[in-house]
Amino acid sequence: MLEIKNLRCGYDSKFFLQDIDFKVEDGELIGIIGPNGSGKTTLLRAITRILKPKAGTILLENRNIWHMHFKELARKVAVVSQRSEGAVMSVEEFILLGRIPYYKRFQLIESKKDLDTAKRCMILTDTLKVKDQLMGQISGGERQLALIARALTQEPMLLLLDEPTTHLDITHQVRILDLVRKLNKELGLTVIMVLHDLNLASEYCHRLILLNGGRIQKEGKPEEVMDYRIIEDVYKTVVVVKKNPISSRPYIFTVSEEDKKRKEIRN
Amino acid sequence: MSKRIIGWICWISVLCAALSIISLLALCIGPTAISVKKIFALLFEGRGTSEYSILFDIRLPRIILGFAIGGALSLAGVILQGMFRNPLVEPYTLGISGGAALGVCLNILFRLNRFIGPIGLPLSGFLGAVLIIVLIYSLSLKKGILRIQGLLLTGVMISFISASLIMLIMAISRIEDLHGIIFWIMGSLEEPNWTLIKIMVFVSIAGLFASYLYQRDLNAFMLGEEEALHLGINVERTKRILFVLASLLTGCSVSVAGIIGFVGLVVPHLVRMFVGRDHRILLVASYLVGGTFLIICDTMARTIIAPLELPVGVITGILGGTVFVYALTKRRIFLGEG
Repeated sequence: MLEIKNLRCGYDSKFFLQDIDFKVEDGELIGIIGPNGSGKTTLLRAITRILKPKAGTILLENRNIWHMHFKELARKVAVVSQRSEGAVMSVEEFILLGRIPYYKRFQLIESKKDLDTAKRCMILTDTLKVKDQLMGQISGGERQLALIARALTQEPMLLLLDEPTTHLDITHQVRILDLVRKLNKELGLTVIMVLHDLNLASEYCHRLILLNGGRIQKEGKPEEVMDYRIIEDVYKTVVVVKKNPISSRPYIFTVSEEDKKRKEIRN
Repeated sequence: MSKRIIGWICWISVLCAALSIISLLALCIGPTAISVKKIFALLFEGRGTSEYSILFDIRLPRIILGFAIGGALSLAGVILQGMFRNPLVEPYTLGISGGAALGVCLNILFRLNRFIGPIGLPLSGFLGAVLIIVLIYSLSLKKGILRIQGLLLTGVMISFISASLIMLIMAISRIEDLHGIIFWIMGSLEEPNWTLIKIMVFVSIAGLFASYLYQRDLNAFMLGEEEALHLGINVERTKRILFVLASLLTGCSVSVAGIIGFVGLVVPHLVRMFVGRDHRILLVASYLVGGTFLIICDTMARTIIAPLELPVGVITGILGGTVFVYALTKRRIFLGEG
């Protein structure tokens, strides 16, 4: 589905991402993790064509994304970004904007298919009940759901999410990620998401890509990446890794400086 | 959803009706009052009478020009506010009017009119505007990317520079030229040349159609440039085209009628309060309201102290500003953000 080869990418003349190489297969749910400033969002921005690579290629279904038409790419890849503005429009209007890549040149009004698709996506994301409210008036969780609904309205095959759970309480974190998992399982949507929370990433993703300083530090199943040595090395923090008793996925406990000292003395 | 479309159609019909009524009234009102009935009578059999020439040589051209220019300026305002996502941008913020004014001032100062003839003033205004557009555009273009904020700042600076240059020209120009410069700067819809009026009408209406090719892009821009790109909009190309479109609309308006301020700033905001932010309705509604508004202002300008005429820019400023501040205090939903 997606293949990134030798990607080097950055802002101005500085290289930020280097030697990025990975493949994403159809139907995978991939998490990109890494400390602040490790290049997670930059990598997403490269995949969505906002940043032009300095070297290397990004292939979507074996075609270079830079050779695609803007609209064509938007029909295949949808993004749930944290940078979305537009607070003074209704949720429904906002979600309908996702149909833009499907409009014909002189089409002025949404077709029945556009409306139906939007409605289906609103039902799927449970945003139908807030459709007449303004984007700026709904809660953070609902806003995130509306963003996902708009992305789904684009009918993509690849969904990219940029930190979809930040600033949300655990109810909404779980709700959002359950939805993402459901989309991945039931609609066969391939998903790449940037996550800050290592435990959520470990819980939900099939595969993790750990970035550090603009390079891929480790890539693999959560059990392989969530090794305490790797995490301590990348995050420069002492951690303990245990299994989640329900899902038996790795779970990371942070250790405070005080506890660390106490333990060292005891030993 | 169809409710929304019905709403739009209602708005458009109401605005068209208002435009026709206002235009008809503007035809009647003046130092020589002519009743509506008489207008129709004159239309068929009044050729040659003085009333006929008042109607069709004096009032009608102004009404048509007012419509075209009011519409063009409002449209340019909607486009620029939409693409900059900044509520304070108006067609004149970008320094285009300054360029046009400078062109006209130079023309008057050097008496170039003797060589070019009556269309010299608009022509020099237009050349000045185009020059400034090219200048601002190329200054803001870095590595193929049009930097929106840079564009805005450059525009404001160029405005200041040309304002200073105009003052310089006024300081050194002859007394008899001064009057011409000041009058031109204040703006007027008096334009005896039918060809120019026709060109303006054409540009204005063509601009409306062209803007509709980009209504979707403007809607996507509400979410920010990056999100517009995620929605499959060719952001860089769209920005360039919209900038050039808005500049041409402004440049033509300014060079025909001088600087008529405020229309391009106030009308889009007022319209947004009522019809919403969707550009599919906002563009045409602003166009109609802008045209109607300028016809009203111009009719007031030529009747309040008739037979003398007030500069129409004064009326648009006072009337537009007052209505706007009033609407602001009445309605809370307003600028918000982008």
